[in-house]
Amino acid sequence: MFRGFGLELAAGEAAALTGANGAGKTSLLRTVAGFIAPARGRVAFAGPAGPLDEDEARGRDVHLVGHQEGLKSARSARSELLFQAAWTGGSQASALAAAGELGLTPLLDLEVRRLSAGQRRRLALARLLASPRSLWLLDEPLAPLDARHRELFGEAMQRHLLGGGLILAAVHDPLPIPARTAPLPA
Amino acid sequence: MLTALANPHRFMAFSRWAAPLLGAAAAAFLAAGLWLGLAAPEDYQQGTTVRIMFVHVPAAWAAMAAYACLGGASFFALVFRHALADAAAAAAAPLGAGFTLMALVTGSLWGRPMWGAWWVWDARLTSVLVLFLLFVAYIALRSAIDDEVKAGRAAAILALVGLINLPVIKFSVDWWNSLHQGESIFRAGGPTIAAVFLIPLVLMGAGYLLAFGALWMERTRAEVWRRRSQALAARAAFR
Amino acid sequence: MKLLWRLYRRELALAWNGGGGPLLSVGFYAAVATLVPLALGPSPERLAATAPGLAWVALALASLLSLERLFERDFEDGALDLIALSPTPLEAVAAVKCLAQWTAVGAPLSLAAPLAAVALGASPSLAPLILACAAAGGLAFAFVGGTGAALALGSRRGGLLIAVVVLPLLTPPVIFGGGAIDAFAAHLPWRSGLLLLIAYALAAGGLAPLAMAAACRNAQS
Repeated sequence: MFRGFGLELAAGEAAALTGANGAGKTSLLRTVAGFIAPARGRVAFAGPAGPLDEDEARGRDVHLVGHQEGLKSARSARSELLFQAAWTGGSQASALAAAGELGLTPLLDLEVRRLSAGQRRRLALARLLASPRSLWLLDEPLAPLDARHRELFGEAMQRHLLGGGLILAAVHDPLPIPARTAPLPA
Repeated sequence: MLTALANPHRFMAFSRWAAPLLGAAAAAFLAAGLWLGLAAPEDYQQGTTVRIMFVHVPAAWAAMAAYACLGGASFFALVFRHALADAAAAAAAPLGAGFTLMALVTGSLWGRPMWGAWWVWDARLTSVLVLFLLFVAYIALRSAIDDEVKAGRAAAILALVGLINLPVIKFSVDWWNSLHQGESIFRAGGPTIAAVFLIPLVLMGAGYLLAFGALWMERTRAEVWRRRSQALAARAAFR
Repeated sequence: MKLLWRLYRRELALAWNGGGGPLLSVGFYAAVATLVPLALGPSPERLAATAPGLAWVALALASLLSLERLFERDFEDGALDLIALSPTPLEAVAAVKCLAQWTAVGAPLSLAAPLAAVALGASPSLAPLILACAAAGGLAFAFVGGTGAALALGSRRGGLLIAVVVLPLLTPPVIFGGGAIDAFAAHLPWRSGLLLLIAYALAAGGLAPLAMAAACRNAQS
């Protein structure tokens, strides 16, 4: 897929992964998340106290929002958000607050099938805000969002970085926050 | 031996002359076994049809050996992510299915004069039938997944699940048979078999196993070549 | 533990609502049971002899058909990725999914099985044993079938493939359950069959999650 790629991300830093279609942006994110084993090289995590066990870090500190939101169309937006937030360690209160922040509160009682692509993505991003995980792996997070919600989510990302979080995002458009550019070799 | 052959280059160099050698040995054993088998006297109960045993029983042995090899190769492919073991597993399954089918067909041909029916739900035949279905399931799963690496790993998991299940299946079929059929059925390969039948049977068994070994090696070689050519084509396309 | 309970309730809700749930499986089961006398003729003796066995085989098929989407829906919509990024082991997730499937589909089918067998002409005295066999067997079918469903992830023609993969593996539970019912009908000792069936279901419940988790990880990679 690609070789000779290295990136070190410190607390409070964001990196924008760029590259042509098929360069391997999604694969890199899934490698960091532990779904794909790298043919060569490795992914390492470290906390304030030193290196972390990979599996443990992935189970507690890593959060991936990909192209698919993992929402069930027949369930209500509220039940899906609450389940997903709880599963990734977020509380009910923080999930509802995150939904409010992304302007989802009036939509929560609708079934997921009635939401638009942008609204579904916001629901997935709300679970991201709700759960206390430090490394965000985002695959084209802004693509389906309108300008206003891009801005809202940009503020949330900024806050996450200020709190010592890390963001690795695969993007085509620039992120609305200061971020290092990490181009994947063609 | 096994670790030395795990290296694909060494395997290819070794199998290049080992496969034909095994094939020649198989032909020799099969010729001797057939000769002695045809020269053996007629059975006092079964007459000349007893000779079907010499092609039927070894086929069942080879089929079981093939599943054991499939399971072993799958284990190495899954645990050590070994590409050659995966190629060997892919190569073993159709052979196993072939030997199983052969055991079923010859068993049916033997059953007609023996039991007066083409098929009898005898415990052994039923177990072999389920073994055949397991091979078919393995081949079907492997060919239904587009990504070859994923297909290989999913199929390997299935092969191991089947390996764990095989003794249970065997036990359950025997249990079922004891429940439903009180009368005893003639069973080949029992301990009371006369030497004049046993010697050709053992020779044929060795011949079948050697033939399986030769074909397995040859098919594994073909699989390795196919993958190399695919890798070359992919490299050419991305250049 | 609390999270697994949450997952169980969600899976139950999905199995119950998504795609007709138990209604669909019981409907399939009823339709098969209806076709049996149409194929064999209405002669009561003949039906009584074959009814328990047919009710039992139809149960295996009906349990299998509902399993197709067990992992596939989560795999396709990305929920499996989210579920995997958690300290909860995937093995436990797989076991919970199978248990929820059994509660939503296996249990209603277990209730339908004695009804179908008696309607086909089996002796009503068989009903409790058929219920017990269907409940234990349904558990085995769910776990073994779930293994097939996880292995078939990412394939073309999922449903048919799952059946081809799983049916040979179902030989032991079908034999044990059928044997127990048959022996009971013939006034022979029947307990060993039921006990073997329960043992098989428990062993499948212990071992199948390992295979399911491995298969899911493979499909996700």
